[in-house]
Amino acid sequence: MREEIITSGRLNPNIDPYLHIWHWHIPLYLFLGGLAAGILFFASLYTVLGKENKYRGAVRRAPIIVPFLLIIGLTALFFDLKHKLYFWQLYTTFRIESPMSWGAWTLMAVTPLSFVWVAIHIREFFPNWDWKFEILRWLEKFFTEQKKLLAWALLFLSTILGVYTGILFSAFNARPLWNTSILGPLFLTSGLSAGSAVIILFSQRHKERINFAKIDIMLIGIELFLIIHMFMGFLASTEVQIEAANMFLGGQYTAPFWIFVVIIGMILPAVLEFLELRKFHVPVIIPVVLVLFGSLMLRFIFAYAGQMSRWLY
Amino acid sequence: MRYAMAIDTKKCVGCSDCVVACQTENNVPIGYCRDWIVEVTDGTYPQLEIEIRSERCNHCDNSPCVRCCPTGASHYEPGGIVTVTHNECIGCGACINSCPYDARYSHPEGYVDKCTFCIHRVNKGQQPACVAVCPTKCMYFGDLDDPNSEVSRILKKRKYKTLIPEAGTKPHVYYLI
Amino acid sequence: MSNSRRDFIKITSLSAAALAVSGKFLYSAHASEKTQQTFTANAAADMVRTSTYCEVCFWKCAGWVYKNEDGSIKKIIGNDDDTNCNGRLCPRGTGGVGMYYDEDRLKTPLLRVTGADGKQTYKEVSWDEALDFIAKKLQEIKEKHGPECTALFTHGSGGHYWGNLLKAFGSTNIAAPSYAQCRGPREVAFMATFGESLDSPEPTDIRDTRCLVLIGSHIGENMHNGQVQEMSDAIDKGAAIITVDPRYSTAASKSKFWLPIKPSTDIALLLAWIREIINNNWYDREYVEKYTYGFEELKAYVQPFTAEWAYGITTIKPDQIKESAREMANAAPAVIIHPGRHVTWYGDDTQRLRAVAILNALLGSWGRRGGFYKPEKIEVPEYPHPPFPPVTRTWRMAMGGKYALADLALANGVCDATIPSPDLNCNIKGWIVNGTNLIMTLPDKKKTIEAINNLELLVVVDTMPMEITGYADVVLPECTYLERWDDLRVVHGRVPNIALRMPAAEPKYNSKPAYWMAKELAKKMGLQDYFAWENFEDMLDWQLKEIGSSLEEMKRIGVKNFPRTADDLYFANGEEIEFSTNTGKIELKSTAFQDEGFDPFPVYTPHMEPPAGFYYLNYGRAPMHTFSRTANNPNLTDLMDENKVWVNPKVAKEWGLKNDQLVYLENQDGVVSDFAVKVRVTERVRFDSVYIVHGFGHSDKKLSRAFGKGASDSQLITRVLVDPIMGGTGMRGNFVTFRFEKESEVKS
Ligand SMILES: Nc1nc2c(c(=O)[nH]1)N[C@H]1C(S)=C(S)[C@@H](COP(=O)(O)OP(=O)(O)OC[C@H]3O[C@@H](n4cnc5c(=O)[nH]c(N)nc54)[C@H](O)[C@@H]3O)O[C@H]1N2
Ligand SMILES: Nc1nc2c(c(=O)[nH]1)N[C@H]1C(S)=C(S)[C@@H](COP(=O)(O)OP(=O)(O)OC[C@H]3O[C@@H](n4cnc5c(=O)[nH]c(N)nc54)[C@H](O)[C@@H]3O)O[C@H]1N2
Ligand code: SF4
Ligand code: SF4
Ligand code: SF4
Ligand code: SF4
Ligand code: SF4
Ligand SMILES: [Mo]
Repeated sequence: MREEIITSGRLNPNIDPYLHIWHWHIPLYLFLGGLAAGILFFASLYTVLGKENKYRGAVRRAPIIVPFLLIIGLTALFFDLKHKLYFWQLYTTFRIESPMSWGAWTLMAVTPLSFVWVAIHIREFFPNWDWKFEILRWLEKFFTEQKKLLAWALLFLSTILGVYTGILFSAFNARPLWNTSILGPLFLTSGLSAGSAVIILFSQRHKERINFAKIDIMLIGIELFLIIHMFMGFLASTEVQIEAANMFLGGQYTAPFWIFVVIIGMILPAVLEFLELRKFHVPVIIPVVLVLFGSLMLRFIFAYAGQMSRWLY
Repeated sequence: MRYAMAIDTKKCVGCSDCVVACQTENNVPIGYCRDWIVEVTDGTYPQLEIEIRSERCNHCDNSPCVRCCPTGASHYEPGGIVTVTHNECIGCGACINSCPYDARYSHPEGYVDKCTFCIHRVNKGQQPACVAVCPTKCMYFGDLDDPNSEVSRILKKRKYKTLIPEAGTKPHVYYLI
Repeated sequence: MSNSRRDFIKITSLSAAALAVSGKFLYSAHASEKTQQTFTANAAADMVRTSTYCEVCFWKCAGWVYKNEDGSIKKIIGNDDDTNCNGRLCPRGTGGVGMYYDEDRLKTPLLRVTGADGKQTYKEVSWDEALDFIAKKLQEIKEKHGPECTALFTHGSGGHYWGNLLKAFGSTNIAAPSYAQCRGPREVAFMATFGESLDSPEPTDIRDTRCLVLIGSHIGENMHNGQVQEMSDAIDKGAAIITVDPRYSTAASKSKFWLPIKPSTDIALLLAWIREIINNNWYDREYVEKYTYGFEELKAYVQPFTAEWAYGITTIKPDQIKESAREMANAAPAVIIHPGRHVTWYGDDTQRLRAVAILNALLGSWGRRGGFYKPEKIEVPEYPHPPFPPVTRTWRMAMGGKYALADLALANGVCDATIPSPDLNCNIKGWIVNGTNLIMTLPDKKKTIEAINNLELLVVVDTMPMEITGYADVVLPECTYLERWDDLRVVHGRVPNIALRMPAAEPKYNSKPAYWMAKELAKKMGLQDYFAWENFEDMLDWQLKEIGSSLEEMKRIGVKNFPRTADDLYFANGEEIEFSTNTGKIELKSTAFQDEGFDPFPVYTPHMEPPAGFYYLNYGRAPMHTFSRTANNPNLTDLMDENKVWVNPKVAKEWGLKNDQLVYLENQDGVVSDFAVKVRVTERVRFDSVYIVHGFGHSDKKLSRAFGKGASDSQLITRVLVDPIMGGTGMRGNFVTFRFEKESEVKS
């Protein structure tokens, strides 16, 4: 028998007996960031492609919620910080190797741009909007003229943001569960999927909805493929990663993951969307909520399980 | 200059003196610690073996904790000592997650804290508190670049290992086996 | 005195305000000053330091207490000049700061009172009231029964002052649990063999040994500092360690030979070793011829004890016995068969330690480099006082002539003498208990309580609301060693030396040093001439000047080493030596034992084995705790806050036990542990035993960190195997089994 114990009673709060330094804030922040990235990605993509009018839901309507998502996300992040008064230190430097730093700066750029994007599309919701001040009117005009450029910027930044939500975890070699390059694409895809679901909700045209339902089904397909791939990768890897994977393959996270994330959050909405395509009437809100739920759970489960996976003891 | 520590698992008795000494030296609050003792027993009675290790931050050469820090609070001091500048730390916890050895903790005041190799003592020419107190004198501290330092000499003489070398962190706490 | 008079009561009158300070206090003490600096420097050089010697155990290491600018105690560091610690305290000494900061401390004198409702409680009283009460009670006892009907139990520095007070009063019943519950048997055995006892620190020359034999002595868990340090030095120098222990102790894991002996059979192994060494001519012929008495008889005596014979008893293979004997012989005379320290195991302990002494004598290690050195100490004169009054009656008279070889009072003997018996014309009526938690310390708790119930006065001097305080009529809160002056520490060792203890801080709350209490009480009893000094510092200064130092010097250096008078640590080659035994020789055959009617050679007697479903109750030390005294120390509970019951995986499987599962332990007499204890499944313990660290399972709620944590071995030691030679209380003859519920829980 092998017995490996800490005999000096190490009980650092949130570190022992297993790590749980990140609580609900971080997965929520990542979910909201991923969702925002997903919406912005499609908004800017169709703008760049010049299909703005066909995809009004994606380009003009859905992005209205993005600033809120980002602000709630940032607030959650702020609440997670344990040395809050020093928050500003994030913006005194840029650390090229630190995903946290990337995230901070990306959000620093994305958040104001998302405001601008909402502002120039404000008449979608309030047709009689008036900016009142000359300077604001001038700014609106300026940005509307530069919309293509703005879209390019957002396309780029939203991709970084989407990938970042996964990289934040996968950069941690120390947590075997997170230590897989699949996490970046997986979280990006999940963010896009959540984004497209929200666009379905905001879209007023049937054609656009059908299109995003198709996109979503495809994204969910990719997600499932990535998940299977990820577990195969784990099982073919080192002992610690096998152990990490086992949390989902019989271990304590098995039921939550496969039921909440995969079945309820992916397969079920995909089926419902598929039925929709086949002209069955499904209330649109149902698949949308399921996808969002799955996407949120994915982050929660990975955040918690990842912290529990370790090299030692 | 490259500071390192070598700990003789053949002499360590796991008394935890290094842990208390660190607490009283470095104002580590009760309920927290920068170092800790691991006891590994292998075999079946009466064919047994024990390895006892006093563990702490490994002051890695390739430290994920320094890399992931968004503010630069986690950084290298001369001699490769990894430390946290408390008033640059925002308490984001990234570095805690990044350390394969779970060597860091969140200080109740908010910043992240960990073993400093007692840099404040070392800079004055003293030994780290844990090394100085150890009743079995099983810890050796010094400059690896100096071939005559205690730590260099003992590493030349003895077989050793580091913890989780496969994590690629290049640890600088060596365990004599 | 009716039994109901002295119920155990919790110290309920302790002020609630003090409790409110609890917990948070430590936290903020550590936290506040950290902000300014990144490298939380406790920069030693900037701090004020004062000298002390440690009182967390009785190795008494000297050290420095460091305080920061605002005068709060931060850390304690060993004194480099001190030979007991060489600048390195053990974890308990380093964590000694916790004794001072413990917010559960006794805060003010307490007096037992019975309220109108008939309930007993404590009320807080002034020192004057408390001491007046004690003085009055003692006078009463003196008048009614005679001054000899009082006794002192003590462990620690205060013993000297209380001892002087008691002797001045007219009693010499002064007992320490460190004798009959600890090292007594070995002192008697070594005295009988070499004419000298070992004392503390033991004169074992471990640092220079080539072979160290540990018989149940678990150095490394037993953290007696100098020995741990020297064992490590010896490992460095390649010495072979042989460990005899049924449990895979830390020392065993460092050993060349680990002999996993069946509990209680050590004498068989020792006899077989003696035979191997004699029959193979591995003994030191010259030494044996020159210095010893009774060799030929011993040789004849041990012939039946072959390695094969011992195998059948000890379960240790014959070739292991032979090889380990050869290892010792190869190293001789630089070999130490360590006498151990807590040796009151099975009631035949003095004989076991005789076998140890004989082995050492055969290998010629006594008085030799790498064996046992000749210690020396400096005589510090006692401050002048009138001679103590003569005493005609002592606790011994209750013993019916037994235990004549015991050279110190037996704590259990004093207990016995307190329980009324026709053998004694006076039973002991008053106890002063200083720094010993008799409830956790003496085996057979029922008897201790019976004795207590026959008292007219029980005074407890302690720093903490330990179990014993709950039985007291008067509780006197002593300040911790960090807040007081005490006698000089005088070491007998390789180098004679002294160390100074001075207060690093004012006593907290309303606590006082023991010397102050003893002197004040003496004044009230008209015995002030025995404490003639004006104040304690002047007394120390006087003593120090007598030996060529001064208080001023000692404050500066803390420890002073003196030159040896005898220049050699070891016997010179061919030196003529007169040993203080009857024969003037090292007695392989003990004439003293023979004269008292005991076997002159050690005899192996089989001991009772555990009944089916029961296991030997084995116990020992954890390096970070001292007995029960540190169980509430915030710094040390941080390292270990409970004991666990070690269970072999085979046993665990049989009982379906899992790690950290809570179980109760029940002993052979049906005593169930007060609290459930967590299981630790480990290969380190034998399948016929379980193991727990002594000192846990506290039952007083006032110990906020220690209460209810783990199980108390003391509680489960009800079968006491008294050593017929010196009266030591063998405590290892107890067996336990597992219980999953307590009776009270089953019912409800
Ligand atoms: N079951 C069992 N019993 C044992 C042992 C065992 O292993 N198991 N070991 C035996 C041995 S080897 C020994 S030596 C004895 C030791 O027995 P004790 O000396 O009785 O040991 P403790 O239980 O630590 O009790 C010490 C008491 O002193 C108090 N104290 C601490 N510091 C001070 C101080 O500065 N002043 C005063 N006045 N009081 C203070 C503590 O609060 C505590 O109540 O126990 C023996 N009894
Ligand atoms: N940390 C710490 N150190 C201490 C103390 C403390 O409280 N804490 N107390 C000090 C004091 S006063 C004393 S007396 C010493 C006591 O220290 P020791 O003299 O070393 O203690 P023991 O209790 O005799 O020995 C305990 C060991 O004996 C083994 N043992 C049990 N039964 C048998 C048996 O039948 N045969 C053999 N061969 N071995 C057996 C146990 O498995 C255990 O490893 O420790 C001193 N050092
Ligand atoms: S102080 Fe030394 S012997 Fe004790 S646990 Fe630490 S390293 Fe080991
Ligand atoms: S041990 Fe952990 S905290 Fe220390 S340098 Fe390495 S990664 Fe960083
Ligand atoms: S918690 Fe502090 S030290 Fe750690 S990564 Fe965040 S800012 Fe850097
Ligand atoms: S080197 Fe200093 S900070 Fe690090 S564990 Fe040792 S005592 Fe603590
Ligand atoms: S051995 Fe430890 S507890 Fe005992 S006196 Fe020395 S430092 Fe204090
Ligand atoms: Mo003892």
